[in-house]
Amino acid sequence: MTKSSNPDGFTFKLWKFFASVKLSVFILLSLAMTSIIGTVIPQNENPMLYQQKFGEALFKILNTLDIFDMYHSWWFRFLLFMLTVNIIVCSINRLQATWKIIFPKQPSFKINQFRKAKNRQEWSAADSPEQLKDVISPLLSKRFSRLTVQSSENGYILFGEKGRWTRLGVYAVHLSIIFMVTGGLIGSIFGFDGFVNIPEGESADKIFLRNSQSEIRLGFEIKCDDFDFTLYESGMPKEYRSSLSIIKNNQSVVQKDIIVNDPLRFEGINFFQSSYGKMPATKLTVTFTEKSSGLIYNKAATMGSPVEMPGNSGTLIVEDFRPSFSFRGVNLTNTFLCRMIPNNGEPSHIIIPADYPRFDMMRQGDFVISISNTDFKYYTGLQVTKDPGVPLVYAGFLFMIIGCYVTFFMFHQKICVEISADKGKTTVMTAGISGKNRPGMNTVIRRLSNHLKKITQ
Amino acid sequence: MTSSEIFSIITFIYGLAMVLYVFSWIFKKALPGKIATAATIAAALGNLTGIILRWIESYQMGIGHAPLSNLYESLIFFAMTIALTHLFIDFRYKLRFIGVVASPIPFLVMAYASLPKVDDVIQPLIPALQSNWLISHVMACFIGYSAFAIAFGVSIMFLIKPSGAGSQSGIISRIPDFDILDDLTHQMVMFGFLFLSIGIITGAVWANQAWGRYWGWDPKETWSLVTWLIYASLLHARLMRGWKGKKIAVLSCIGFFAVIFTYFGVNLLPGLHSYQ
Ligand code: HEM
Repeated sequence: MTKSSNPDGFTFKLWKFFASVKLSVFILLSLAMTSIIGTVIPQNENPMLYQQKFGEALFKILNTLDIFDMYHSWWFRFLLFMLTVNIIVCSINRLQATWKIIFPKQPSFKINQFRKAKNRQEWSAADSPEQLKDVISPLLSKRFSRLTVQSSENGYILFGEKGRWTRLGVYAVHLSIIFMVTGGLIGSIFGFDGFVNIPEGESADKIFLRNSQSEIRLGFEIKCDDFDFTLYESGMPKEYRSSLSIIKNNQSVVQKDIIVNDPLRFEGINFFQSSYGKMPATKLTVTFTEKSSGLIYNKAATMGSPVEMPGNSGTLIVEDFRPSFSFRGVNLTNTFLCRMIPNNGEPSHIIIPADYPRFDMMRQGDFVISISNTDFKYYTGLQVTKDPGVPLVYAGFLFMIIGCYVTFFMFHQKICVEISADKGKTTVMTAGISGKNRPGMNTVIRRLSNHLKKITQ
Repeated sequence: MTSSEIFSIITFIYGLAMVLYVFSWIFKKALPGKIATAATIAAALGNLTGIILRWIESYQMGIGHAPLSNLYESLIFFAMTIALTHLFIDFRYKLRFIGVVASPIPFLVMAYASLPKVDDVIQPLIPALQSNWLISHVMACFIGYSAFAIAFGVSIMFLIKPSGAGSQSGIISRIPDFDILDDLTHQMVMFGFLFLSIGIITGAVWANQAWGRYWGWDPKETWSLVTWLIYASLLHARLMRGWKGKKIAVLSCIGFFAVIFTYFGVNLLPGLHSYQ
């Protein structure tokens, strides 16, 4: 690949730059160090909080550097990109040589390499080289996938070899990283991460994205038939369960109970049990009790729209609902937050706890207001995601584990047993070499020699 | 006997083994070393028994689950994996000396687990933890951590051993050859790296089951990635650039600090994973 290029050319220099392991170690350590930033500075919070914490000037600098969303910043992505190019270039660079080792035209053994090996062992044996060869070669062929027997000037040389393919392990590891990075990219481009809250008995056909205000239409309806949660005796949550159905073209096509750790998947979209909450029915009844007369006025209301107060005294808007609300250290439970706009006077905020209809007496107004007919419902909070990159990422996971195992714990072994006779004395020599000077090779030779010594001495 | 009684007894035995290993090393006696190894075997077996018993106890309470669900249980498991890795090396490589650096770790871990601030009550599993991936995830991570812990111990030995022939007396000189230490560090790092990878991957698959995303840059996830990247750099520096000895020992120490931070330090930061 590189041989034909001009050694001074820019392309060649660039190629060499990306083919260096120094670069990989540099990138790996840079990724490690920069990743720490995001664990120290909480990510994706409200900009106001950052401004308060860091001050205006520092905030601006950090914001320009995307520190508050650093894992999606251009420079972090650039590091990942460099990593990928580095791995690809290195792999291409080396694959040719590795390929030649794995699939050689003619396997060749150089006896001198073995004679020089540090793990070499030698001992003298009683039998003739001929006899020894016949004993040893079946033994070796059991342990090594290839065995070559050659005769030399004064005896025999046996070469055994196995595990050539294990040199590919490293490529599997590196390929796995490319798979994961690519899978992640595909997910971030073609996938989404959103949520939807569905009250019991109701359905939704669109969901909301988590990191922006936009909505996504599902192309089908998701209905919450039922929501339940159970607690342990200690009050800790035990199970959240939503019964969901998917309705497509007015027909229920799938039904499933989901719990945390067991989502519903449909047409590439996944629904996860993520939260739950309580909300009041859309139609409420607001009750005004006139203090002076004791007269009771019931009015229908919906959240967010104004209600005329009796006697033309003003309007009331039920603005919000809280399943729990702390008032002077007491939890009032189901509480409505309202705004009252009197015809003469300043608007004010008032709180109406549904479970304490007489609470509003404290306010000293002309009317005591309470809200009933609340008909609370649970809604289930679903996380909705789509990530077409997952299969690629999972393939990467598999390659990573297999590749690491092969690279670390298996290796290409070449061994040699030389049997030679000199003045009627037979000597047996064993030695082994492997791609990298592996201590594992020494163990193989030690064990093999011990075994052979037992049967030859 | 209850599991907590067993855990107090084995804490004591781990401590005893540690004292005996150090004694055997300082006074150059073989016998205490042998007894220490026997004690470690006994303690590791007791450790396993305790874990199984705690498992059974959780079923008797009607909230049965594998005891790998909170800080206390993870510490107990960690102590056992370190002891087992240590014994594996002791027998496989015939390196008794390793006990001097390996045996304090399970003792310290068990002692830490018995502090009152570490809650040892068997708690039911919250919904997010009710997954079979929990077991493989926690096991793989802690097997990885224990290999890194031993690599760390060996690296420390490497760093305190004086080089040069002049200082060949005293207990320091009884540290084995640099080559042996260097090779052992490398072996342990490779072993740990494989299991850390499996741990991170099973965690990612689990996160995808429970929350619909395999990676969310939560502090614990990120720190495990940082740890992984540090050890990956170590392996490349060694395999490709031929780094050996001191530099590798230093990197292995840095890697282990990252492990410790992933395990404990992250609880100081916000996130899903903090054991509380
Ligand atoms: C995380 C990103 C990684 C990058 C950027 C990376 C990059 C590289 C590069 C550039 C080389 C030199 C290639 C060559 O010249 O043949 C290399 C070699 C190597 N890498 Fe990685 N690598 C990564 C991950 C890993 C992992 C996780 C492992 C663990 C198994 C690994 C194991 C190896 C090994 C064993 C070699 C030596 C290859 C040989 O002997 O030919 N790499 N890596």
